[in-house]
Amino acid sequence: MPVPKSESVLLANVGKSESWTLRAYEASGGYKGMRKVFKEMSPVETTEMVKSSGLRGRGGAGFPTGLKWTFLPKDHPGPIYMCINADESEPGTFNNRILMEDDPHQVLEGIIISCYATKATTAYLYLRYEYPLCWDRLQSAIDECYAKNLLGKNILGSEFSLDIFLHKGAAAYICGEETGLIESLEGKRAWPRIKPPFPAVEGAFRKPTVVNNIETVACVTHIANRGVDWFKSMGVPPDPKNPRDAGSYGPKLYCLSGHVNQPGCYEAPLGITCRELIDEFGGGVWKNRKGKAAIPGGISMGLLTEPEFDTKLDFNALGKVGCLGLGTAAVVVMDETVSIVDFLHNSCRFFQHESCGQCTPCREGTAWALRMLNRMKAGKGRLKDLDLLLEIGDSIGIIPGTTICGLADGAAWPIKNAIRKFRGEFEDYIKRTNPNGYAVTEPVPALVELQTH
Amino acid sequence: MIAKQRVLTDEMIAEIKALFPRYPTKQAVTLPALHIVNEKLRNVPLEAIVEIAALLELAPAQVQDTLSFYGMFKQNGPHGKVRAWVCRSISCALRGGDEILNHLCHHAGIKPGETTVNGALTLEFAECLGACEYAPCMLANQTLHKNLTNESAEAFLKEVTAK
Ligand SMILES: Cc1cc2nc3c(=O)[nH]c(=O)nc-3n(C[C@H](O)[C@H](O)[C@H](O)COP(=O)(O)O)c2cc1C
Ligand code: SF4
Ligand code: FES
Repeated sequence: MPVPKSESVLLANVGKSESWTLRAYEASGGYKGMRKVFKEMSPVETTEMVKSSGLRGRGGAGFPTGLKWTFLPKDHPGPIYMCINADESEPGTFNNRILMEDDPHQVLEGIIISCYATKATTAYLYLRYEYPLCWDRLQSAIDECYAKNLLGKNILGSEFSLDIFLHKGAAAYICGEETGLIESLEGKRAWPRIKPPFPAVEGAFRKPTVVNNIETVACVTHIANRGVDWFKSMGVPPDPKNPRDAGSYGPKLYCLSGHVNQPGCYEAPLGITCRELIDEFGGGVWKNRKGKAAIPGGISMGLLTEPEFDTKLDFNALGKVGCLGLGTAAVVVMDETVSIVDFLHNSCRFFQHESCGQCTPCREGTAWALRMLNRMKAGKGRLKDLDLLLEIGDSIGIIPGTTICGLADGAAWPIKNAIRKFRGEFEDYIKRTNPNGYAVTEPVPALVELQTH
Repeated sequence: MIAKQRVLTDEMIAEIKALFPRYPTKQAVTLPALHIVNEKLRNVPLEAIVEIAALLELAPAQVQDTLSFYGMFKQNGPHGKVRAWVCRSISCALRGGDEILNHLCHHAGIKPGETTVNGALTLEFAECLGACEYAPCMLANQTLHKNLTNESAEAFLKEVTAK
């Protein structure tokens, strides 16, 4: 089968010797885009460039990046803050880690250009605790930049000054939600804020703030260097049938894991199908087995069935098969031996553990969903539980409008997709494991969690 | 009267204070301060909370409130010399992550969250470590252990407990 590998841009330096040093980065043309921007473009023009590239945020929500920058108040006396989201905790996702470990200067160049465009003079890079190598590589890259006046006061003789500070997280998924991140940065519990006000108006330390993902700013580096036309030459144009689709342009780092022969991070133009990713990049499903289901973009996005593997992994197509969206473009493959009951138990366990507890529908909904899955796995499941689970799935989240942040939607989608797409399997499992009680509809006691952890 | 022994050393205090210029508020130094203390003491006792709060001009309850939100900082005595997190999220679970954690716990004679009696090792579960291409995996202090098997998990235990 032909492997449609296009030129790697985001991953071009990965695997090269000492790719994380300034020397290696500059030898491969690094900091050229930034120099060009500083010399030739105003901040407004830089924002305009990113806007016209069609770049959409890579952190999960897919919001147009340049447009987000224009929401900052005009002529603000400052300070304006940039928060770089490197909390990367969505199960299945690891592309930010690879960029930071192997090519931190590519990330820093993107941050500098983004701060120049938004007139932010301080950037906080919020890095999850579990990435110690990223921390070391980023910190030494930042030190190199200060030594060469790529950071600090009057960068390269310009009017523009910028500091970048690393800030370490403490093992909580919710710190990746942009306002949870801001609260955590401020030294508080990471309770997401009610929006509006959006961070662009009132964010970190009550000042205008932009939050962007690591891969998003890495794309900014290449847009500055190679231009808007190059970026738009890849991907999928807006769907004429969906007035809300802004298109899916540019290269994307797809993470592939689970039951495939070659798990890894692969760069491809936005819009390859899940099947192409599995077969042509990942070497197919492992052990010569068939695929059964796949998570399309991190566990929050729900489930694709095997026939749905032909869906394009872009910002628009996944919604058409009932998934929440592209998310982080992290595909996790399950082979035919996997029980969807086990999958859903794992998903519910994750969200119960990570709910910040602030909104009752999310805190109680995720906890009860896990209790029901525990009961099911203990052979005490009832058919009624499937309806109760769906009731939770349909009623928690910002889409139904009952919670403050999108974690609850992420908890709901795997429940809704798993039960609606695999209902027969759930019913068979419940009848088989609970032959005497599956039809009971009276309240039954919850069980303590069965597994030791 | 004998002055009560401080928990924070002069070095810790200097390290914390050096971060003040980075942020517009002292409260923003809460997590960094907790990390600084935790790295050295392998836990953050209540006395440390009071001292951090004084440095950051906060009420101790504010610092404690933040600490209690995160799963990171223990307060009931130090964790082991090695603190190991075994991933239980989906990509690792599909390749045996839960079983690896059970296997490690069984051989170390502890439950997740506990520390071996000699203080060598604390075992915990983690949610996705962001290394799913190496599933099942584990982060032990600063080291990522990739593609774990029962054998490599046992070898890890042997090495840690021999120290
Ligand atoms: C529960 C939850 C967790 C999130 N985790 C992350 C994360 O780890 N990294 C990230 O970049 N965005 C994450 N996001 C999305 C952010 O809220 C935000 O949209 C993003 O950082 C914006 O950057 P972008 O526009 O460059 O993608 C998360 C959102 C939610 C609701
Ligand atoms: S939806 Fe869940 S995670 Fe988000 S703020 Fe509410 S309780 Fe917290
Ligand atoms: S699921 Fe284990 S590292 Fe991501």
